[in-house]
Formats: sequence, structure tokens, C-alpha cells
Amino acid sequence: MKHAFFIWPVASLLVFGCAKPAKQAPSLVAKTYGTQIIEQSGGKQAAGVGGKLNDPIVVQVNGADGNAVVGALVSFHGEGMGFVPSQALTDDNGQVSTVAQLGGIPGNYMVVAETPKSGGGAASVNLREVALGYQEKVGKQISEKYCTMCHDPESTPERVSNFDNLAPPQPHLFSDGSVLNAMSDSDLTKIIADGGPALGKSAQTPAYRATLSPAEIKAVVAYMRAISDPPYQRFPAPFTDRPGPR
Amino acid sequence: MRAHTPLQRIWEFFVGTPARRFASVSILLAIVASIAPTKDLFSEWRHYQRQYRGIISQHPDAARLQRRFQSGIVQIWIPEQHVVDRCPTCHVALKEDNLSYLRKEPFNPHPQTPHSLTEFGCVMCHHGQGAATTVEEAHYSTKAWEQPILPGRYLESACGQCHMEELEGTPQLNLGRRLLARYGCAHCHAVTQPDGSLIKPIDEPPSLEHVAEKTSREWIYGWLKNPQAYAISSTMPNFRFDDQQATDIANFLISQSTASVNSLAAPPTNVPLPSEAVAAVDGAGLYGTLFCVSCHATQNSRGNLMGGELAPELTRVGSKVNPEWLRRWLRAPQGYDPKTRMPRYRYTEKEVALLAAFLLGKKDDDFLKNVQLGTSNPESVARGKKLASDYGCAACHRINGVNPPEGFAPDLSRVGSKPLFQVGFLRGMPETLPDYIFGKIRDPRAFGPALKMPSFMLTDKQVEALTTALLAQTDRAVTMPQELVRSATHAKYHPGGDAGRLMEDLRCQTCHAINSNGGDMAPDLTNEGSAVQRPWLLEFMKNPDTLRPALIRRMPKFNLTPAEIAQLSDYMMTAYQASGFDSQALDLHTLDTKAAARGKELFYAKYACQACHIADYKKDKGYVGPALADVGDRLNAVWIYKWLKDPSAISPGTLMPNPRFSETEARDMTAFLMTLKARKKGAAK
Repeated sequence: MKHAFFIWPVASLLVFGCAKPAKQAPSLVAKTYGTQIIEQSGGKQAAGVGGKLNDPIVVQVNGADGNAVVGALVSFHGEGMGFVPSQALTDDNGQVSTVAQLGGIPGNYMVVAETPKSGGGAASVNLREVALGYQEKVGKQISEKYCTMCHDPESTPERVSNFDNLAPPQPHLFSDGSVLNAMSDSDLTKIIADGGPALGKSAQTPAYRATLSPAEIKAVVAYMRAISDPPYQRFPAPFTDRPGPR
Repeated sequence: MRAHTPLQRIWEFFVGTPARRFASVSILLAIVASIAPTKDLFSEWRHYQRQYRGIISQHPDAARLQRRFQSGIVQIWIPEQHVVDRCPTCHVALKEDNLSYLRKEPFNPHPQTPHSLTEFGCVMCHHGQGAATTVEEAHYSTKAWEQPILPGRYLESACGQCHMEELEGTPQLNLGRRLLARYGCAHCHAVTQPDGSLIKPIDEPPSLEHVAEKTSREWIYGWLKNPQAYAISSTMPNFRFDDQQATDIANFLISQSTASVNSLAAPPTNVPLPSEAVAAVDGAGLYGTLFCVSCHATQNSRGNLMGGELAPELTRVGSKVNPEWLRRWLRAPQGYDPKTRMPRYRYTEKEVALLAAFLLGKKDDDFLKNVQLGTSNPESVARGKKLASDYGCAACHRINGVNPPEGFAPDLSRVGSKPLFQVGFLRGMPETLPDYIFGKIRDPRAFGPALKMPSFMLTDKQVEALTTALLAQTDRAVTMPQELVRSATHAKYHPGGDAGRLMEDLRCQTCHAINSNGGDMAPDLTNEGSAVQRPWLLEFMKNPDTLRPALIRRMPKFNLTPAEIAQLSDYMMTAYQASGFDSQALDLHTLDTKAAARGKELFYAKYACQACHIADYKKDKGYVGPALADVGDRLNAVWIYKWLKDPSAISPGTLMPNPRFSETEARDMTAFLMTLKARKKGAAK
């Protein structure tokens, strides 16, 4: 009889103490299956750390015949990221759209959109998004004020792009990693501070040394590096704990 | 006594004799006494510090990093600001910039911000519990501590605790504060900022005292039911009135309306309205050349808004206004609403008729298609009056017989520190203050159908910005030492005298800032008298033209009389003078043709100014800065010279970089620019 005294409280403590209120979103079941998933839009966006991306991520599931598949299950993953919704069935156009929220650490984020295949396994597509830290955000603001009207051919009614008005050589997009990744930080700093002629380039890039502070110029360079496509590799293995060269 | 059961045997073993009893209690005591040190030994912060030491031991710069590493509990203590932050105990690498590649919390370095860590600590900006030494207690809401870490996307709210002025680095906070003022939140909610100033609404909702002259009962009904169905850009919120309520309010508003000054004035004989075909072509042309679009937007066929946001959208204005009212308004807006920002244009009667016909053609028959209101009756009017006072209509609009309510909605001065026990969360929403404020602004009625707060048509980004602005209203901000608080400057400059009255009549400051007071759509006029030449100013006011090829908005034509133009020019040339722009600053005799030739060379080759400016319309295409093709007629040489020497000294925040011209270069460039004059018809070449 005496055992019962101990066993019941201990057992009930164990049972109730360990049980967590399980609250899981009801997981969707695929109605159909595709063989391929492709990006429609939403990749290569930049937003502040912890912020939502401006435009939704849209992916499309295609079948073996190359046509869009309606009712296929798509799920989104990304380390440190949040998605609303995180999984959904493709709509009448075979597409799924989700709003992504970036994690709290600046840098590149990889979004993986996945759809199961009928025979098991899954097709997936990767999208790269960029979270801008404080410095990169400052750089973005400065570049939008002083730089983009010449460096970005996309014009707005408010500020028509000056890109097309310039004599050759034409300016590079700040995300143009194929060219800018090859330039060192000090070269970029120099061209911003002292203008194109400082590196023997076009005088159409004016000198900003007297307009921007060194910290602001550093911020612009940091922003260019952050949005660079292909990504700028400051260290050989940026995602590991291994220290890079100094 | 014999031991029967195992339990009794254990009992005997531990407490059977006094010696055993003493030993047991001693051991128990030793165990109890060692609990605290053991817990400390296995504490989270020791774990992180061990991990960090492991990481930096691999680093090429290990010796330096180890020297800078401080083990044990580390705290930032600033007594005068009540800061005791132990965050650096785990966040050991906050100052190690070259570890940023790790991307691993808690070892991320802190970004370079305008404030140093030792100046303000961590919690002042990030919230959380500074004195805590466990992850749970420092970052999350616990029973003893409600304020968790502020999510990254609302971090700018922290800046708003001290900074009332617009900071360049906080676009989200600035937007939030502007929305608080623009969407009229501050009409109902008092928001006292830490410097004691109230957030003032800037939306200027129209007076309804004479509304019956302007529009119909049916339109008011349709508008109340869904303001955005009439104008997508409207800031009027949706109160979700049912049909009866909307009818009652419409009946009441019509019944309280009185005659405006405009309607009492004897009308000039009306020029007949031109035909629809003429209005559609000539009217559209006139609407364009008068630059109505600088302030008023319309939706184009694709549903995009085109035009300014200073004034109401006109997409469906023909479905709203009474034609007679429209003409009176175009002649003298201030006679209907003395507080309107619309200038009094000097339109001719023919222009008024053409504009009115064009605007009346902007109709959307669908908007009021199904609106059938019965005849108004006194009961309905009485119900409408009660609704108008219940829902606080008079907090925004002037209405006869309904006084503006006082303390109508909760004071939001300290909403950023609202205790969570006072918050009624919705089921399923994350129980944090930012999520609550966000949810409440996005869909107020979800928190209770009887709540009075209406729904505002805001995007998630806008709601996030508003939440950021409100989260800045913390208890800490109120108790902050006053020397840390940075107030925004509120300039009250208004021009004086007869010319000042004329400028008020033309509402110059709707678009132009003068002595820091006024709009930002058009150039600042504070130093205009020093900058420009009088003949150019006269010509410009007679026939305004934009200086910047890329701008679609520009100064409208006011049809001023020569006397008015002369009066305005004289006033501006004398009152808006900056100091140090006299001939002392530059010897004009040095600006000869040789200097001009050297300046031209500098302009085109060394500095490639043509990338942004047009000096010659035939060759240059630069679209960023103002066109300079006739700058020699427009600006004073001294002004140009001083501008070239340091543009941001004259106009802080200007896009023009300072190319750091030498003394001679600046003089040569000035000489060249002064040669750029418009070729007048009939003038000798």
C-alpha cells in the first residue's frame, strides 16, 4: 500500500511535467505531384535584419510535360527565416506565394522551396535573399540618395534615371558582382571619395570626400558587398567558424 | 524492532542511531550548500564563455583576442541612466569587429552605430532585462519581467526615445511619426513625446460646416460606407457603419450645413460649361498646363495613382461635387474653407468653366449606382447627430453643433511600456506588445466589434512603421535625463506685410519652405533674394517653368498681375537675403573670357559636370541637377561662386557633391556659367 503513495505523485508529475501542449499546424497533403519547381519571382531581395521582404516569393511547380501543376504541395525552409505560409498547395496557375521574414543576423539567407515527387524524394529550388545589418542599411540609404540615379537604369516617375544620359563608359549596378567583386575595398572607397579619375576612370563619377564621412563611405561599400551578385566572398568559408585570412 | 520492508530498512540505515542521523544531516547540508555553486559552474554564461575561448584559440589573432576577453560576469553600469547591463557576459565579442564572419550568436560583434556601447548600454535600445544572466530571463517575458527583447524590425523605435527630430538613419521611425500625424491618429489619441511636445496632426480633414453646398447626401453615404471605393488614396478610415447608420449620418451632416462665405458672394455671370468633348481635350490640356497634378493625383487606366499627395485625389470627383460649388471653389477656395492649403489662383472665368467641365467629367457611375436613400426625417437626423458625437467625427472635422471631443481615445504617450496584464490579446496571436500594437492598428475591430476605432487602409509596412513610432513612447523615454532629449524644431515663420498676405493667399508655403517652415516639394526660398537676378524672377513668376528636366511636378501658373509680380519680387529680393553674398566675396572683374574658356574646359573635361547638368541643350543630357543653359540670366555670380565652393554649406543635404574646386577653378567655372544665357528673340547675338 505504501508504494502507492510514492508512485502516483511521481508518475503524475512525470506525465504532466513532460507533456507539452502540442500545437502543430495541420500539415497539408499534396493532391498532385510535380517533377520540377522553379522560381517565378522574389529572389535576390534585400531587407533589414528581422524584416519582411518587400515582394512575396513566388514559385511554380511543373510536371514532367513542363506544364504547371495545380494542387502540388510546396514547403519553404530557410535557416533563421519565417514564412507565411510556410507550406501551401499550388493555385490554379501552379504557383505558390509566400511572404518571407529574414533572420536577425546580417548576411545571405538561402530559401529552399521544396515539392515532393510522386515516387518519393523531392524537387527543390534555392533562392538567395540578403539581410542588411545597420551599416548596410545606412549604405543603402546613402546610395539611394546619391548614387542610384546614375547607377541604376530602373527609373521612377519621380526621379528619372540618369543612366541613359551618360556618355560611355556606363556605370555599374551596385549589385554587379562580376565586376565589383574583383575590386578591393580600398579601391571602391577611393573611387567614391575621390571620383573616377582617382583610379583612371571616367570623371562622370564625382568625388564625395567632402560630402560623405568616412563611415558613410564605408557603409556604402558594405552595402555594395552585401547585395553583390554573385555573392562577394570576403572569407573563403563565410558560413563556418573557421577564421578567414586577415 | 525488526525491519519488515525495504523502506523501513533504508530508514533504519540513515537515521537508526544518533551518529547515523548526524552523518545523514551533514551530507544533506553539504549537498544543499553545493547546489548554488554547481549551478553557477554549469551556468549558461560559463558555457558561452568556454565556447568563445574555444573559437578564438583557433584564430590567427588568438593572443590579442584572448587578452581582450574578460571572463566572469561583465556589466555596463551607468548609474545616472539606471543602466545595469550584463549582456557582454555572453555577448563577449561585441567589440571584436573582425569576428563578424562568424555569424553565430551570441558572438556577433555590434555594428558601428552613432552611439558607443559604454555610453548607453544595451537595454536602453534593445529592451530585455539587463541584469539577468540567463538567456531566458534576459531575452524573454518572464513572470518577474515583462519587457522582452525588442524584435529587430522595431529597433528604430529605440532611437525615438531621445530623438524627436527626423534622423537620416531611422526611415521607419520617421515614416511612423509622419503617419501618426498624416492619418489623423493624433486627432483622437494624445501622444505626448518625451520632450513634452504633442504629435500634431497634419492631415487637415475638411470642414463639414457647409458640406451641403459641396456634395449630396448620397455621396456622403457612399463615402462613409467605403471611402477607398471613392478615392484609393484617401486617409479617411472605414468605420464599418451599417446602411442605417450611414444614412443617419448623411442626413445629419446635410441638415447641419450652413451657408459659406463663398455662396453669399454675388456670383459672376457663369460662362456656359463647354461640351464634354471640348472638356475632355482642352480641359485635360489645361489641367496639365496648370500643374494641378503637382498636388492632386488621379488613377490611370491601370489603377496606378499619378500625381502629388498634398491634396485630395480627383479620380471620381465628378461623382461628388456640385457643379456650382466647384466653380466657386476654383475661384476662391478660401471662401469655402479658410484653412485650406489650396492657393487662390487667378483663373479667368473661361478657365474656371473649362476646368470645372473637365473635373465633372471624371465620373464613376458605379460608385453611387445602388444608393437609394429615403427622405430625411428629424429622427434620422437626431440619430445621426448622436452617431457623429459617439464616433468622434468632430475630433477631425468641424461640424456645426458637435463639439470636438476631449480625451476621446486612450492616451498613447506611454504605450511602449504598457503592462501586458492590461492588454487583451486575441486568441492565437503572439503575446507581445509589438504584436498587439501591430494587430490593433491593422484591424482594430478584431479586438471587439463594439470598439470605436475605425479601420485604416494601411499596408503592413505602414503598420510596422506606426508600431515603431508608438513603441518609442516608453516609460524610460519620459524619465530620460533632459539633456539627452533632442527636440524637433517647429518653425513658425510666416511672411509679413502686404506681400506676406499675398504669399498667404497664394499659399507659397504649401510647397516652398521659408526659414524652415513650409513644404518640401519645391525649392527652399530662404535665400532666394541672394541667389537670383530680379529680371529672371519677374519672368519666372509670369511664366513658371521647371529648372529640372526630370521633374514632372512644377510650379503652377497663378495668373498674377504685373503689380503683384513686382510686389512679390521686391519682397523676396529684400527679405530673403543671406549674409556674405555681396561683391566682397568675389571680384567680378576677374570673370573674363579667358577665365570662361578655362571654366568650360573644367566643366566638360576635368569634372564632367554634363553628367548631371545641361549647359547646352544640343549636347548635354544630364538629368540630375538643374539645367544650367540660362543660368547666367538666373543666378548671381557671387551665389554661383559660393555654391561651387561648398554646396552643402548653402543647402544642407543637397545632392550636389562638393568637388573641392580650388580658388581659381571656382572662379573660372563661375565665369563660364555666367556666359550661359538664354538667347532672347530679337536680341543681338
